Amino acid sequence: MAERPLSPHVTVYKWAYTMTLSILHRLTGIALFFALIVLTCWLMAAAAGPSAYARAMTRLASLPVKGLIALALLALCYHFCNGLRHLAWDVGWGFERAQARRSAYIVLVVAVLAAAICLYWLFASGPGTA
Amino acid sequence: MSLRTPLARVLQHGAARDGVSHWWVQRVTAVALAPLSVWLTLSLLWLPTGNYGAVAQWIGAGLHPVLLALTVLLAVWHAWLGIQVVIEDYVTRTAPRLLLLLLSTFVNALLAAIGLYAVLRIALRSAA
Repeated sequence: MAERPLSPHVTVYKWAYTMTLSILHRLTGIALFFALIVLTCWLMAAAAGPSAYARAMTRLASLPVKGLIALALLALCYHFCNGLRHLAWDVGWGFERAQARRSAYIVLVVAVLAAAICLYWLFASGPGTA
Repeated sequence: MSLRTPLARVLQHGAARDGVSHWWVQRVTAVALAPLSVWLTLSLLWLPTGNYGAVAQWIGAGLHPVLLALTVLLAVWHAWLGIQVVIEDYVTRTAPRLLLLLLSTFVNALLAAIGLYAVLRIALRSAA
């Protein structure tokens, strides 16, 4: 089955940093699938009642898990911003090489800034830390 | 008249004819998830998640259960389509490919069912 040429021919292209963003979109998408599992577990714990919820929260509030939540927030900010970039391409905007590179740069900057704000709320001052 | 050879037709080569709807639903769910994901993320960051009463009340309040159910279902749908593309692109051997596709389908269906059930249970309890 693998004898015929199969797309994507990842290895035949000269590397361009826009390719990194494309791969990152897929990686963060997969990561967000696991975040979705955590979200549904959280909802299920809330549905199960106060004691089950308290048990779930002691796990979710532990530092290593909070680190994973931080990574999920970073993945979400990136996937969100780059997803908007993909939607712009879908309506035919921004396909030129220079535009694609500029939008890649904008996506990275905005995603990191948005994630920084989210992480600040997650770790430092958010009312949610109660 | 079709220009495809009889052999190609028998071997089921060529387009499966549902590529456009896959692509389109991926975009429609993306557009819907854009505002919903911002709403959910900011809400969860704002919510005093250590306080069970506040969390249960927030989940059941007003239109929150509707938006929550929509978010979970659309996210599952979007994830299911996206994971399918990734598996089909990188896993070329038939058996592991089929197994992973089935696994993704079942896990995503389970997530949808759990998410919907949990939200409804909290919402109906706080409405009662």
